[in-house]
Amino acid sequence: MTAQRVIGVVLLAAALVAPWFAYPIFLMTALCFALFACAFNLLLGYVGLMSFGHAMFFGIAGYFFGHVVKAWGMAPELGILAGVAGAAALGAVTGALAIRRQGIYFAMITLAFAQMIYFFCIQAPFTGGEDGLQGIARRPLLGGLLPTKDDRVLYYVVLAIFLFGYGTIYRIIHSPFGQVLKAIRDNEQRAVSLGYEADRYKLLAFVLSAALAGLAGATKAMVLQFATLTDVSAAMSGEVVLMALVGGLGTIIGPVVGAFIIITMQNYLAAAGEFVLVIQGAIFVVIVMAFRKGLVGELTDWWKSRRSAG
Amino acid sequence: MFELLGIPPQALFGQLLLGLINGAFYAMLSLGLAVIFGMLNVINFTHGAQYMMGAFAAWLMLTILDIPFWVALVLAPLVVGLFGIVLEKVLLKRIYHLDHLYGFLLTFGLALVIEGLFQWKWGSSGAPYPSPIPGGTNLGFMFLPTYRGFVVVAALVICLVTWYGIERTKFGAYLRAATENPTLVRAFGINVPRLITLTYGLGVGLAALAGVLAAPIQQVSALMGVNLVLVVFAVVVIGGMGSIMGSIVTGFGLGLVEGLTKVFYPPASNTVIFVVMAIVLLVKPAGLFGQTK
Repeated sequence: MTAQRVIGVVLLAAALVAPWFAYPIFLMTALCFALFACAFNLLLGYVGLMSFGHAMFFGIAGYFFGHVVKAWGMAPELGILAGVAGAAALGAVTGALAIRRQGIYFAMITLAFAQMIYFFCIQAPFTGGEDGLQGIARRPLLGGLLPTKDDRVLYYVVLAIFLFGYGTIYRIIHSPFGQVLKAIRDNEQRAVSLGYEADRYKLLAFVLSAALAGLAGATKAMVLQFATLTDVSAAMSGEVVLMALVGGLGTIIGPVVGAFIIITMQNYLAAAGEFVLVIQGAIFVVIVMAFRKGLVGELTDWWKSRRSAG
Repeated sequence: MFELLGIPPQALFGQLLLGLINGAFYAMLSLGLAVIFGMLNVINFTHGAQYMMGAFAAWLMLTILDIPFWVALVLAPLVVGLFGIVLEKVLLKRIYHLDHLYGFLLTFGLALVIEGLFQWKWGSSGAPYPSPIPGGTNLGFMFLPTYRGFVVVAALVICLVTWYGIERTKFGAYLRAATENPTLVRAFGINVPRLITLTYGLGVGLAALAGVLAAPIQQVSALMGVNLVLVVFAVVVIGGMGSIMGSIVTGFGLGLVEGLTKVFYPPASNTVIFVVMAIVLLVKPAGLFGQTK
C-alpha cells in the first residue's frame, strides 16, 4: 500500500513539473489518450466487456466540442459538456443494443456501430466531412479568468481534467457498484442469481465509460484545436485497445503507461508512415502471445514473486 | 419502358446487380468466418487482409509471371491458404485455450501487419486488373457485363459447394462432430488438431478466392479488405454463425438491401447494414439463423 502511495506521489510531482522538461502539446495529447485508455479499460478490465468501437465516443465528442465552440461561439466548458453528454447519449443507445449479446459478439457489434458512426461523420453536415473541423479557437476558460493561449497554462487544465477522470474511475472501481461489476465479470450467472440485474449494471458501466471517453475526446479537440475523422475510425478503436493492452488490462495505472508508450512511439516513428501500423500490429501479436498481462501486470507479478522469494 | 416509383429501370437493376455482387462477397466471407469460428473459436480479423492477399496474389501472378486469371483462380487461394496454415501452426494454435478476445486481438494485429506491409511495398492506391471476360449483353432493361454475371454465379456455386462439403460429406461430418465435441472425436482416432489446421486453411483459401474474384471488379489495393471485413462482421452478427445456409442467405440478402438503398435513399447506403444489425439485435438478439447459447 505505502509503496503504491509513494509511486503515486512521485508520479504526481513529475506531472506537475513535466511541462518545463517536455513539449506541453505532446504531454496534453498523451494525457487525453491516457484518459481515453482508462475509460476503455474500465469496461474491459473491470466488467469484462471488450468494446472495439470506443473511438466513436472519443471522436464524436471532439466534433461536438468543435461545433459548440466554433459554429456557436460558446465557451469551451460548454463544448466539453456537450462532448461528454453526446458521447454518453451515444453510449446509452449503442450500449443498450450491444449488451444483448455476449463475448466476442459484443466486440463485433461495437465495432460495427463505430463504423456506422464513422460513415455518419463523413456525411453529416456539421463535421466538415473529410476536412474535419479545423482552427477551433482556444477561448479563455472560467469566463475569461483563465487564459489558455499559453500551452503551459492549458497543460494544468488538462492535467486537472485527467485527474478528475482518473479519480472518477478509481471511485467507480472501489465502490460497491464496482464490486458488482467485478462479480459480473468473473461470473455473470452467479451475479444474476444473487439478484443483481447484470444488464443494468453493464449498461451503466458502458455509459460511464463512453462519457469518460467523450471527456478525453473533447479535451483533445480543445488542445489540438481540430476534430478529425481519424478520431472516429476503426484504427483509433484498435489503438486504444493496444494502449490498454500494452500497459496491462485490469490494472488502474496500466492504460496510462500504455498510452504514454504508444504516443511516444508514434511521435518518434511519425516519419515511418505505414510502418507505424506494422509495428503496432506486431506489438499486438507479441503481447497476445507472450505478455498478456501487459507491462504493469508483468512488473507487479515480478515484484510480488521477488518479495515472496526474498 | 416501365418506371418504378420514378426510378428508371436501368438504375434500379444496375444497383440490384451491384448489390448482388457485394452480397456474393459478403456471403463468401461470412461463410469462411463462420466455418473458422466453429472449429477454432477464433473470430478471424485477418479475413479482410487474406481477401486482399488473394487479389494481390492473382495480380502479381499476372503482372510478374504472366499467369492468366483462370489459373490464378486456383493457384492464389492455394498459396494464401498455405500461408494461413503456417499462421495457424505458428501462432493461432497456441491461444485456443484462452478467451475468444485474444484470438480477436491476435488476428487484428496480424491484419495490421499484413496490410501495413502491402501498403508499404505497393502503396495504397489501387492497381487495375483487366477483366478476364470483357464485353456484356444488353438484356433490354439493363446492360449486364459478362464478368459480373459470372461472379454472381461463381459465388453461388462456391457457397453451395461449401455447404455441401460441410453438411453432406464425410469430411464435413467429422468437422461438425469435432466442433460439437472435439474430445470424443479424438477418442475415435481422428486427428483433430490437423482437422483444425485444415479448416483454417480452407476458410482462408475461401477468403482469398473471393479476393481473386473481386480483383477485376475493384482496384487491387492493400486496404481493399479493411472496410469490407467490418461490414462482414455486421453480416455475421445479423445472420448468426450457427448455420452455413444462414450465412449464405444473409450475405446475399444484405447485398440486395444495400443495393436497393442506393437507389431509393443513397446517403444511407453505407450505413444500412449497421441499421439492420441494430434492428435485428432489438428483435432477435441471437441473429436471424442463430441459436441462443
